[in-house]
Amino acid sequence: MVKSQANAGSPVKTRRRKESQFVMIFRRVLKDRAATISLCVIAFFVLVAIFAPLLAPYDPYELDKSALLSPPSWAHPFGTDQLGRDVLSRLIYGSRYSLTLGMLGSVVSLVCACILGCLAGYFGGIVESIIMRCGDVMMSLPGTLLSIIISAALGPGYFTTLVALTVGGIFGPTRMLRGQILRERGQEYLEAAEAYHCSKPKIMFTHLLPNSISPLLLGFFMGISGTITSAAGLSFLGLGIQPPMAEWGAMLSDGRNYLRTAPYLIVFPGLIIMIFSWCMALFGDALRDALDPKMKT
Amino acid sequence: MSLVVILMAAILIFTIMNVVPGDPAAQLLGSEATYEEIVAKRTAMGLEGPFLIRLGQYLWNVVRLDFGTSWFYGTSIVNEIATRIPRTLFISVSHLILDVCIGIPVGIMAATHRGKWQDRGVVSLAMLFQSIPSFWLNMELIVLFSITLGILPASGIGSWKHYILPIIGGVLGGWVGSARQIRQSLLEVMRDDYVTTARAKGVSSRAVMTHHVLPNALMPVITLVGGTVGGIITGSLMTERTFSIPGVGTYMLTAVNNRDYPVVEAVTIILAAANALCMLLVDLCYAFIDPRIKAQYVSSTKKGRRPKKHGKITG
Amino acid sequence: MSNYLEVKDLSVVYTSNEIPIYAVNGVSLSLEKGKTLGLVGETGAGKTTIAKSIIRVLPEGATKTFEGDIHLEGVDIMNLPEKEMEKVRGAKIALISQDPMTALNPVHSVGEQIMESLEIHENLSKKDAMARGMELLEMVGIPKERFLNYPHEFSGGMKQRIVIAIALACNPELLLADEPTTALDVTIQAQVLDLIMKLRDERGTSMILITHDLGVVAECCDDVAVVYAGQIVESGDKYQVFHDPSHPYTRGLFHSLPQFVGEDGRLHPIPGLPPDPSNLPQGCYFSPRCPYADEHCKTVAPEPYEVEPGHLSRCHKRRGEDIK
Repeated sequence: MVKSQANAGSPVKTRRRKESQFVMIFRRVLKDRAATISLCVIAFFVLVAIFAPLLAPYDPYELDKSALLSPPSWAHPFGTDQLGRDVLSRLIYGSRYSLTLGMLGSVVSLVCACILGCLAGYFGGIVESIIMRCGDVMMSLPGTLLSIIISAALGPGYFTTLVALTVGGIFGPTRMLRGQILRERGQEYLEAAEAYHCSKPKIMFTHLLPNSISPLLLGFFMGISGTITSAAGLSFLGLGIQPPMAEWGAMLSDGRNYLRTAPYLIVFPGLIIMIFSWCMALFGDALRDALDPKMKT
Repeated sequence: MSLVVILMAAILIFTIMNVVPGDPAAQLLGSEATYEEIVAKRTAMGLEGPFLIRLGQYLWNVVRLDFGTSWFYGTSIVNEIATRIPRTLFISVSHLILDVCIGIPVGIMAATHRGKWQDRGVVSLAMLFQSIPSFWLNMELIVLFSITLGILPASGIGSWKHYILPIIGGVLGGWVGSARQIRQSLLEVMRDDYVTTARAKGVSSRAVMTHHVLPNALMPVITLVGGTVGGIITGSLMTERTFSIPGVGTYMLTAVNNRDYPVVEAVTIILAAANALCMLLVDLCYAFIDPRIKAQYVSSTKKGRRPKKHGKITG
Repeated sequence: MSNYLEVKDLSVVYTSNEIPIYAVNGVSLSLEKGKTLGLVGETGAGKTTIAKSIIRVLPEGATKTFEGDIHLEGVDIMNLPEKEMEKVRGAKIALISQDPMTALNPVHSVGEQIMESLEIHENLSKKDAMARGMELLEMVGIPKERFLNYPHEFSGGMKQRIVIAIALACNPELLLADEPTTALDVTIQAQVLDLIMKLRDERGTSMILITHDLGVVAECCDDVAVVYAGQIVESGDKYQVFHDPSHPYTRGLFHSLPQFVGEDGRLHPIPGLPPDPSNLPQGCYFSPRCPYADEHCKTVAPEPYEVEPGHLSRCHKRRGEDIK
């Protein structure tokens, strides 16, 4: 029987065992049909983003004065916008910004949270106080509000948006990880590790982290969909990535001015965001069930 | 405790706004201003002097509820916020109440019909609604109800009708969180031993639910509701923007675009205060429901009660 | 039905992730009024499930099959409608559950939890119920001033006493005690056990005592049933089973006790692990671990045979002939 890592107290398995566990979990996820489909959809999106230049029928920034705001047709399946740009091509290119923002933002947050959470949870004392007080200051504002303000302060752009999204997402997971580590710290396998003179960093990263990280990983997959929505939200508010860049949120923001004359402009970007984050959520849910069958609901 | 949080938020926002690249005074005056004009303007705007002194001055003003005047309009910020806040508050509070009132019964229904079609339906719907970006949903609502059907106004304020779409838009995405959370925690609590004890006592299944399961399952939900307040606050920015409602959120977003920092700072502090207040309420609710936490409060205020060894204190 | 409690061919199958888990596989047992039956077995053998079946509080969502006959004083409680069953629970049958730490609802005072069953079954007013509840607390050795305290303010042993008070509130005729002392400190175990025995003797309650401690059985029970992989492998009078263990598993249990070291001065534990209840072996469930097992044992499931009147053993091998 494979024990999930969420079962506190199960020490890290040996390497070989962990790989088989990974395969096992993956197999369990694939048993869920919805999860399999959503995984395929996610893969599809990623492929589209990678091969955007090959797939896009038009240049996403090419203006076509003869086809301003034309509704969906064979030539332009998703229509054209107010400057005659092809919406489908813009969506395809936009996936590059949106997906990388969502994933990079989540990954960087997660890595920072792991480092900070480990330091705080394991060392305690003054290190912990400093990190957690900084966290308290940051958490005094809701995450998205913090992102909005940072984005406003740093100005628009891809990199600044990434920073804004990352900072907004660091301290929630940090707190969670620290709590988890505090709970794990009392476990006997750590005493055992200390008893055979395992070095502190080694205990931290090879024993403590793998046993405390699973709630964070689950949050991570849910987080990607949240980050993508936040990125789109920032663009929508006129911060973050701005028109004319082809980003899903920016396209929605553009389309808002043409609700009356060209409602299709907002339909497709919104649908795409929805489908992608839905698939992420479904996949994350299936992963949680696979990791911890006890919690299956 | 919540005061400390608000103070920290004030420090944070003031710091961020002060490390922003670019000189707001020069920007306001335009490119023709002379150096002396800019310095004079900077002094008037309170931008001259060491950072820490200005921070202290600012905090002292905030404590006295003086947020200064808008750089851009030259009007008092407190007055402006006072006229705008009821609109924001009305929408946010309606969101919160409706979210909870819809989410909790739906979640209970799902948990009690676990695995049946009601449950599966609720779970799938919840997933779907959670994935819809709220601002997009709002725009589609405008397209449907205002443009296509023409029965509700699309933007602005004026009559009660103007508030229908913003509220519906927020609630459609909002009930999901509380529904999922209550379902989850109900399912967990129903597995607990004391539920078996209660059933073994001969308590009817309805009474087991209302008397034993719900009070325990509500606790994580209260936390969640406290957590959603942050989301609702940021959501109100989006909602107000989509529906062009002259609330606090619109005020702030306009100020962001105008680089009107005192306004941004003031609104942020107020939103943080609202958030902190809700967290405080959450703590109080906990103490009301959970005797373990109540005991903590009592023993920290009144000494001399039986010094009991730490019972399991969770949450 | 001559006996007070008759259980026939009880089977319970749980399901987890669509995998069936065979928790109880055809258990039959009977109990005379006023007697105490000890259910002995390893963790996971299905003892708790048997108890929960008798009082019908199996987890609703996870239980796939629940079959068999359970008669209490000739009344078929297996097919009693839920509303009628609620009147039996707590009043006629009571349950003391395994872990006192989690058996009490953290948000209600212990007084409320004791009063609850009094109010349901005896229609007492709040005031009378409170008076009775305080008596019950005193009876289990807790001062009545603590009636309004909450579970987190009590230690484990005290919590178990409260659980006992709740169980005995309405003078049940049958008490199901599911490892009532396992979660407690050794010194407290004896106290709590003594308390249960004292109250049982005073009231003439019949009891099923679930334990994995053979010493407890020797001290407290009249009859014994040894449970292995959801089946009763040996049952009988305490003296019969203790003096003349006939099933290889029962013998293995005795040989793993420190008091019964072998001639070489070593313990002789049973080799191997109990079977996975989602994947039970063919034939006799004990055959993979049994030193006497042959091909027949591994293919054909044994039926109980009578070692002597009242003493049953579920084994192909006959004591004295095949097993020495």
